[in-house]
Amino acid sequence: MLERLKTLSELYGVSGNETRVRAYLRRQVEPYADEVFVDPVGNLYAHKRGSGPRVMLAAHMDEVGMIVRGITDAGTLLYDAGGIDPRVVVSKRVSVGPNDIPGVIGAKAIHLQSPEERKRALKHTDLYVDIGAKDRSDAEKLVSKGDYISFTTAFSTFGDGLVKGKALDDRVGCAIVTELFTHGYDCDLWAVFTVQEELGLRGAAVTANRVKPDIALILEGTTANDVAETPSHRSVTTVGAGAAITFADGRTIVPERMMTLLRETARRNGIPWQMRKGTAGGTDAGVIHKSLSGVVCGGISVPCRYIHSPVSVAAISDIEAAHALAHTFLNERLFDEVL
Amino acid sequence: MFKQMLQDLLLTYGPSGREDAIAACIERYAAPYADDIRRDALGNLIVHRAGKSGKRVMLSAHMDQIGLVVVDIDENGFLRIAPVGGVSPAIAAARQVVFANGVRGVTGWETKSKTAATAAMPELFVDIGASDRESAEAHVNVGDMCVFAGDFIDMGDRVACAAMDNRIACAVLLEVLRRMQTDHEVYAVFTVQEEVGLRGAAPAAYAIEPDLNINLDTTLTGDTPECGKLNMMLGKGAAIKAMDSSVIVPAAVRRFLTDVAEKHHIAYQHEVLRAGGTDTGAIQRVRDGVLAGCISIPTRYIHTPVETIALSDAENAVRLVCAALEEEALPVAPGTKPVV
Repeated sequence: MLERLKTLSELYGVSGNETRVRAYLRRQVEPYADEVFVDPVGNLYAHKRGSGPRVMLAAHMDEVGMIVRGITDAGTLLYDAGGIDPRVVVSKRVSVGPNDIPGVIGAKAIHLQSPEERKRALKHTDLYVDIGAKDRSDAEKLVSKGDYISFTTAFSTFGDGLVKGKALDDRVGCAIVTELFTHGYDCDLWAVFTVQEELGLRGAAVTANRVKPDIALILEGTTANDVAETPSHRSVTTVGAGAAITFADGRTIVPERMMTLLRETARRNGIPWQMRKGTAGGTDAGVIHKSLSGVVCGGISVPCRYIHSPVSVAAISDIEAAHALAHTFLNERLFDEVL
Repeated sequence: MFKQMLQDLLLTYGPSGREDAIAACIERYAAPYADDIRRDALGNLIVHRAGKSGKRVMLSAHMDQIGLVVVDIDENGFLRIAPVGGVSPAIAAARQVVFANGVRGVTGWETKSKTAATAAMPELFVDIGASDRESAEAHVNVGDMCVFAGDFIDMGDRVACAAMDNRIACAVLLEVLRRMQTDHEVYAVFTVQEEVGLRGAAPAAYAIEPDLNINLDTTLTGDTPECGKLNMMLGKGAAIKAMDSSVIVPAAVRRFLTDVAEKHHIAYQHEVLRAGGTDTGAIQRVRDGVLAGCISIPTRYIHTPVETIALSDAENAVRLVCAALEEEALPVAPGTKPVV
């Protein structure tokens, strides 16, 4: 699974531009599926027929990133970014457009900044992408307005059982769902890889209409603010403390029986777990649970530090725990208990 | 009788997403008047009464209430909380709360730098009388929810309590079930998770596919000292909604309800609510679109433990819904053929 996660993490797939992630996942699930298809919005579905309840596993393919909104006379690129703190992007390496043009995010040098400018954080509008072009026409040969911009962080293991890389939100979910799907379970099993989650759960909104699931389990990468000086009740999750079980976020309240079942399953099987302590943010469950005449949803997350930045950090043990919890839930047909 | 039922509903636990107890309570009152009752995947309680007109009317009232959810338990047994629905921190401080299992507690705040009026939600906590984490966890887990403890205040026609939003409408709907005489097929739906963003109603309407929805909810008033200007007042009758921030009620539905009120001399007032949404908005946009309207009970001090209503407004709402159900011809959208 780690090898697959490395590949997934390094693929470019900013919201709306999930093509490469989708193509890779399609190859991964195809040998195990009875049918695989893509809907008009771009969501990827893999279906393994079976008797019993229809169980939908979901993870989103997209990652936060940027898009070229203009090219200056000097040949630098102006960009828009969604969900990224501008303070974390200065001097980062990026890749632009379908031809993977390398670039760096530039800013006015500190000695040229006025005392006022030095006091305030740079905004995205103060920054630009430098692709080494000497002027506008040179840049226009390489990139176009509307091209996507991705971070290029290499994935690696480090420290004591940790991984670092970009897009762990939600490529960890994609890796886990793929692993689960290739295993197969005693149910009508669907793996759904969604698009544009980071823009407001857009892709997932249509998925349940097609799958008509009895139950949906969403695998996510979630915030971990387990760093110095953050009080426990504002940390949301802790890296290395186990699979994070959702009771509620900004878009979904998990049914009590589902939350309790996941918690007690982890406890009984010695799977490290923690409750996801935040109530902000949202996952694809937010739109899936309201689809049709209502869908029972659950959420299992992997804690990620520095989420929505060029590099986030997760623990291998948490990824394994999230997988083990979802696997047990499926393998022991525990979904029967919440339907 | 009505007051007794209302009190029972008000004092039953049921924050958004945790409606099992209130649904069970409502089901007991609804059972004698139902052909069948079921709960759907999200927990909406759907009470069905068969009819012979061939038209389906969905009556709805949300049964959830605002609350607080435990996000963390510290080593001294204090519970950190986050809001469930529109709970302002100033209202949440220094309150009595109660959990699903009956555990009681009070809300405190970080006094070093804040007062009860200025503390933000992450600076509040619940004290359930535990002296350490272990003894707290014997009663309450992270993810458990509590609600403001209800204290029913009987001022005669006017009554106050926590959860009046929306248990007064649940009581109205139960009373309608008891009294109604209609040829239409009726689905009385007690919805979940309205307070967190109108989440439960649309899936219920998806299953029912109604020809008409009449939603019941509470609304703000403009009749207290130095308050914002609003048309609605306690004791002036059932409020027929024109709009709120989730919906503009179609003219055909408004006219249908006002005509019925005029015909039966039922006291009513017009409602324009400038902030706040209702299930009406979610139901309207289900499938191919649903004709949906709303009758509201004017309520003072909404989203506090002392939400106050006039029972006479509730009685007028009951009469208005019952009279509407007696009409053979239901409203139809402009440009569509009448439903025969």
